[in-house]
Amino acid sequence: MTSLLIRGADLVGRGRSDLLIRSGRFVDPADAGADVAQLDADGLVALPGLVDLHTHLREPGREDAETVHSGTLAAARGGFTAVLAMANTTPVTDTAEAAAHVAALGARDGSAHVVPVGAVSKGLNGVELAELGLMARSSARVRVFSDDGHCVSDARLMRRALEYVRAFDGVIAQHAQDPQLAGVSACCHEGEISGKLGLPGWPAAAEASVVARDVQIAELTRSRLHICHVSCAETVDVIRWAKQRDINVTAEVAPHHLVLTTNEVLGYDPTYKVNPPLRPSEQVEALREALADGTIDAVATDHAPHARHDKDHAFAEAAFGMLGLETALAVVVETMIKSGLLSWTDVAKRMSIMPAHIARLTDQGRPLAVGEPANVVLVDPAARQVIDRNDSASLSRNNPWHGRELPDPVVATIWAGRLTFRKGQ
Amino acid sequence: MRHLLSAADLDQTQITEILDLAEEMSLVQGRPVKKLPALRGRTVVNLFFEDSTRTRSSFEIAGKWLSADVINISGKGSSVSKGESLRDTVLTVAAMGVDALVIRHHASGAPWQASRWIDAHVLNAGDGTHEHPTQALLDAFTIRRHLRSSTPDLMRFDGKTVAIVGDITHSRVARSNVLLLATLGAQVILVAPPTLLPAGIDSWPVLVCTDFDEVLPQADIVMMLRVQRERMSGGYFPTPREYTISYGLTRPRLEMMKPGAAICHPGPMNRGLEISADAADAANSLILEQVAAGVSVRMSVLYELLGGAE
Amino acid sequence: MSGTGAPQARPEDPTPGVEVDSPTSRVVLDADQIARACARMAHQILEANRGAEGLALMGIPTRGVALAHRLAAVMDEVEGVRVPVGALDVTMYRDDLRRQPTRAVGHTHLPVEVDDSTVVLVDDVLYSGRTVRAALDALGDLGRPRAVRLAVLVDRGHRELPIRADHVGSYIPTRSGEHVSVRLAEIDGVNQVSIEQGNDPDRREA
Repeated sequence: MTSLLIRGADLVGRGRSDLLIRSGRFVDPADAGADVAQLDADGLVALPGLVDLHTHLREPGREDAETVHSGTLAAARGGFTAVLAMANTTPVTDTAEAAAHVAALGARDGSAHVVPVGAVSKGLNGVELAELGLMARSSARVRVFSDDGHCVSDARLMRRALEYVRAFDGVIAQHAQDPQLAGVSACCHEGEISGKLGLPGWPAAAEASVVARDVQIAELTRSRLHICHVSCAETVDVIRWAKQRDINVTAEVAPHHLVLTTNEVLGYDPTYKVNPPLRPSEQVEALREALADGTIDAVATDHAPHARHDKDHAFAEAAFGMLGLETALAVVVETMIKSGLLSWTDVAKRMSIMPAHIARLTDQGRPLAVGEPANVVLVDPAARQVIDRNDSASLSRNNPWHGRELPDPVVATIWAGRLTFRKGQ
Repeated sequence: MRHLLSAADLDQTQITEILDLAEEMSLVQGRPVKKLPALRGRTVVNLFFEDSTRTRSSFEIAGKWLSADVINISGKGSSVSKGESLRDTVLTVAAMGVDALVIRHHASGAPWQASRWIDAHVLNAGDGTHEHPTQALLDAFTIRRHLRSSTPDLMRFDGKTVAIVGDITHSRVARSNVLLLATLGAQVILVAPPTLLPAGIDSWPVLVCTDFDEVLPQADIVMMLRVQRERMSGGYFPTPREYTISYGLTRPRLEMMKPGAAICHPGPMNRGLEISADAADAANSLILEQVAAGVSVRMSVLYELLGGAE
Repeated sequence: MSGTGAPQARPEDPTPGVEVDSPTSRVVLDADQIARACARMAHQILEANRGAEGLALMGIPTRGVALAHRLAAVMDEVEGVRVPVGALDVTMYRDDLRRQPTRAVGHTHLPVEVDDSTVVLVDDVLYSGRTVRAALDALGDLGRPRAVRLAVLVDRGHRELPIRADHVGSYIPTRSGEHVSVRLAEIDGVNQVSIEQGNDPDRREA
């Protein structure tokens, strides 16, 4: 399909208009021929294609849980036109060759633009720098580096990494979890519920203390720092302080942390086991406020598919993580649009423009205007659904929203002019 | 009663029934034929993921004396790396057609998860650091007998103070006892160094004190918890010596106990660490009675779960 | 004392005045008749045993125990002998455990060694015979009596097992839909046996 005319969509912040796509870009709708393919977008909102800063595609290594193909299909269903694929695959993405391989998988199998994230340290060992520069120079053009899954806890390593990536405008994305305060066995929020349930938990201080340290190092190195999956008010306070001082720090929050609380672990259901953990409702409130006022710059899914046999264990032994690509926008609509905390313009910023900016993706998060790349998602503001975990493009089923009623916003997703998802087809 | 997962599952009436029945069951021990036919034809599987000869044999004898068929299965190697999930292990055992699964697991919550996957009755024989309801029941049985020596027919523990001393954070015995003793009306005081008190303890129905000597003279029952030597490497307290002097039931502390007060310990004991030899062997120690109570109480619980219609 | 018409209040009856016949129940044994039956059975037991030696009265809870105590009281009063009285709970030996929710278990008390005793089981009503069958099994796990006898206050017929009583207070023919209600002063406040029209023809007890 080379041409598509989208009729009557509400372009975020600009009112209703037509969009004509040809050869992957927006062109003047007046140029539409009489027999051009049309899509009636009456009543729909058009947003720039969503960009996910934080996805686990599991390929290479765990193709039983997800592949680039299935993961990006899920992304397209969720309205995403680009995903950043975290480095904790097998092998780890810590060389140019590994990064190029992931990018090539994306080009071959992907239903969205796949950008590999490079590891900060070799093999995620937290000791030696990985080949950051070579990954940046590779065909994958890596700009985001993260040991996600692990914390870069060595302050000197963090300093070196931040300094090093300044040379090519890279950013270090930190999974903030002090290993001394939050060990490997910690599996939920440390608090009243973990105490009652006899589960080892970890406190907010284990996250905020690392962020407090890292923003200091970011200031020292005059480099870019990004905080993954912020889970607590304490971290928000640190980020707010840092931004006031013009420290170059950005932050993301995952959709599940905007809704789900530590109460979910009361049944010991490993579906709700995630790192960082679900925390009490006061934390959820603080995160929503921070996303609303921009202290948190982006929503990132932390989509973490797991095969059944990795979740069907005792809670303390089950794998960490939840699915998120297909439901992210629905959750944001439900919690932030409906409550008036965010407008559609804000959503475009948090889920497309800012993530693209942080990742330095030049063809994502662009205005829906003539000449720009045609990355767009059409959204129905009113449709609703009951989430069925079996109705999914992902290969995995660890969906925390199963059985809940949420919006069903995504009607169509177009990536580089290509229709990657259409509801009902 | 479908499952026994938590001490909080039982109300006062049920606790009394179980303890009264346990009294009857304790008579079986002295009979020439140690058998009651009540659970004939029922199959009970002890699925123990954690070694425990004592508790497992206790359940085994309890089931056999009620004429049930009892099978012991060691559920090792269910970690993520070994492949077989907890769910697969539980379903495989249940598929053999068992009536009750007695589960002990090193991870909190495993029996709850199991109860969602199978139809059989599930009995929690100890899950991680979470609960151990039959231990709390046998403790209550022992305490009730002790208190009845001065107040016959005593049903509740109102007005009695039970001090539970030791590593509360990692103790499933403590959690179950707190719940059961609260239902029976006792005042529970937890005594531990701050590093061994769990998060959120303010919401528990207990008093908390870090000074053992302040609590000791008030306690009618002093329940000492085992301190695992592994905890020392976690840096919870500086040295065993400091622990014993501050929180151990030493000989001098024995003398500080209230007249008529008694000592409990779930076992196994670290003599010399949390409990001195003098205390373990003292006249007012109920520790051996606790061990003897195990079979009777477990017979009682098995009968309650399996003795009637499904 | 009068033997006809409305039963008189007796010293043992804490609640003078008893139920009269109603459309759904009729009294078949009054307090006097119960007392006489107990006295007669007590004598018969001693006669059959040629005295009190080796005897043990084991009542089946709940009312069987009260009756056993009454029999022992008569034996003490009339013959001056103290016969040991105990209780034998048969719940765990019932053949219908699985048909109902878990039943509460009663108390078992052995006043003497069962081995070589002549155990007289005492119950209030003999009906299908299943309770007695359970009692024999329970007794068997406790030891080996020299002999086992059965004394019941009421035999209402409708046996389902080959069981018969050695000593019977009263034979009372009944229909299977009816319910025989035995009330004893020490438990129910009054002494009386009545037949009630049951609502559950399948309900079997003794």
